[in-house]
Amino acid sequence: MSLDQQGTFTPMPGAAPFHRMVAAQAAMEARLMLRNGEQLLLAVVIPVIVLIGGVEGAHRMGKTFAHPAVDVFTPGVLALAVMSTAFTSLAIMTGFERRYGVIKRLGSSPLPRAGLLAGKVGALLLVEVLQLVVISIVALALGWDPDVDPLGAVLAFLLGTAAFASLGLLVAGVLRAEATLAAANLVYLLLLAGGAVVLPPSSYGAFGSVVQWLPSGALGDAMRQAFIDGRTSWLDLAVLLVWAVAGTFMTSRTFTWE
Amino acid sequence: MSKPVPTEPAVAVDGLVMRYGDKVAVDGLSLTVDRQTITAVLGPNGAGKTTTLETCEGYRAPQQGTVRVLGLDPVRDRSDLLPRIGVMLQGGGAWSGVRAMEMLRHVARLHAHPLDTEALAERLGLGDCGRTPYRRLSGGQQQRLGLAMAVVGRPEIVFVDEPTAGMDPQARRATWELLEELRHDGVTVVLTTHYMDEAERLADRIHIIDHGRLIASGTPLELTRGGSDTRTATIRLVVTRPFPSGTPDSLRSTLGSETEVTQLDELSLVLSGPADASTLAKISGWCDANGVLPESLSLGQRNLEDVFLELTGRELTP
Repeated sequence: MSLDQQGTFTPMPGAAPFHRMVAAQAAMEARLMLRNGEQLLLAVVIPVIVLIGGVEGAHRMGKTFAHPAVDVFTPGVLALAVMSTAFTSLAIMTGFERRYGVIKRLGSSPLPRAGLLAGKVGALLLVEVLQLVVISIVALALGWDPDVDPLGAVLAFLLGTAAFASLGLLVAGVLRAEATLAAANLVYLLLLAGGAVVLPPSSYGAFGSVVQWLPSGALGDAMRQAFIDGRTSWLDLAVLLVWAVAGTFMTSRTFTWE
Repeated sequence: MSKPVPTEPAVAVDGLVMRYGDKVAVDGLSLTVDRQTITAVLGPNGAGKTTTLETCEGYRAPQQGTVRVLGLDPVRDRSDLLPRIGVMLQGGGAWSGVRAMEMLRHVARLHAHPLDTEALAERLGLGDCGRTPYRRLSGGQQQRLGLAMAVVGRPEIVFVDEPTAGMDPQARRATWELLEELRHDGVTVVLTTHYMDEAERLADRIHIIDHGRLIASGTPLELTRGGSDTRTATIRLVVTRPFPSGTPDSLRSTLGSETEVTQLDELSLVLSGPADASTLAKISGWCDANGVLPESLSLGQRNLEDVFLELTGRELTP
């Protein structure tokens, strides 16, 4: 058969290389997350407002911490940013992907389930890097002077993402899309107010000894130790790891792609 | 470079049974699809068409029986099979905020040798809505995007589920032409439809299913001929003044027992039977003898709608 007999549609099937499929999926999901107004509000606007509001509020009310307010608040706000993306945004997006048949559609494409999951993780990390950059710029403008432990910071980011992402997928896999939307936002608000993310567990009095075992409290503390004291907080990282393992286990038992 | 076409069928379904709770959706279905053909699975809503297709696409494991696509088990050999098939779902399948071309390009990137997305979109009339978010596309545009996503990876076989449902006539024709070009270029097309004109126009072979069972199979011509060699036709007679009483019996005795006569109202009736010059001559003779003036006498091939009605006693499209 000569080449000019080949038609436009002459079969030439094949999957793209795995890393290219994952990169395409990650870029696509990150783009969609950042394009969505509510998701952007959660990812960037609310953390920045909490940071500026916290620092200004502490200043006006004359509340003092062992360190300058911006040094105390910024790591907590970074933890909040991780939580908003890895938990709330991921849960909402995945919930609607199931509802709109996106996951079903991709299920008949060459992208395997593992590739889809890897793409989602890639998208989360892309968005989180962007959040880190924006929040750091605002914090530095407010006079942030961190004493960074790079290992503790990176591990807090990764384990915090893993813990919250597994819980986000758990919610998205069990509930309908609308219920996921409501639950993911509600949990976010509850943890923002009472989960020791932005303020250390010690600010919660006796309740503090409970919230430090929540993923929110553990992530907040791991961030604070990594950015204020320049230490790796192995206990908090271990708590996050336990949540990640438990969340992954429960998700793998309950999640359905459709 | 010429590759021999493998002789095994593109799709082989054997004794497939699928139930949802108590409801039997597919009830011992067996059928094959030859390579490089367009095969239509025709049946009313709820006949089990989509379930059968989703079993071929690997979404569901057969509860009984076997399914092979390109010689592979769609569940066990999923990762080998998926790059080689294209799937058009009945609806949805895209993020609500994704732009039409962005979605098509994304699916293209998952494949090794995708088609040119711009040319494909142009071809399917999606050129104007490339930047429109999916949720704002019309139903027909969403369907065409779904078809584009199914073929962009240059698959060997495409499964299209009700491809033209909700399309305007122009989009329908464009879709049909695309499916015919796919076959011409060597792609196997399996489509489900409940439009008999779609099946009749496109399909090399039609499988009619009802209540999850195969009730008839054949080329459109074989099915409409009803297996006999005589050309069977539907003749519609409309007259200017009401028929005299006893017309059906009188016509039947004129034309012979092979002809069915159904009077629709006082001015029109339908005859079904062998269509030849002598039948037509007898009809005009009968009109003359009974003082009836024909307003129109039209002759039509027995169609799939009639076949389905005869096989099941029900209309295909309610």
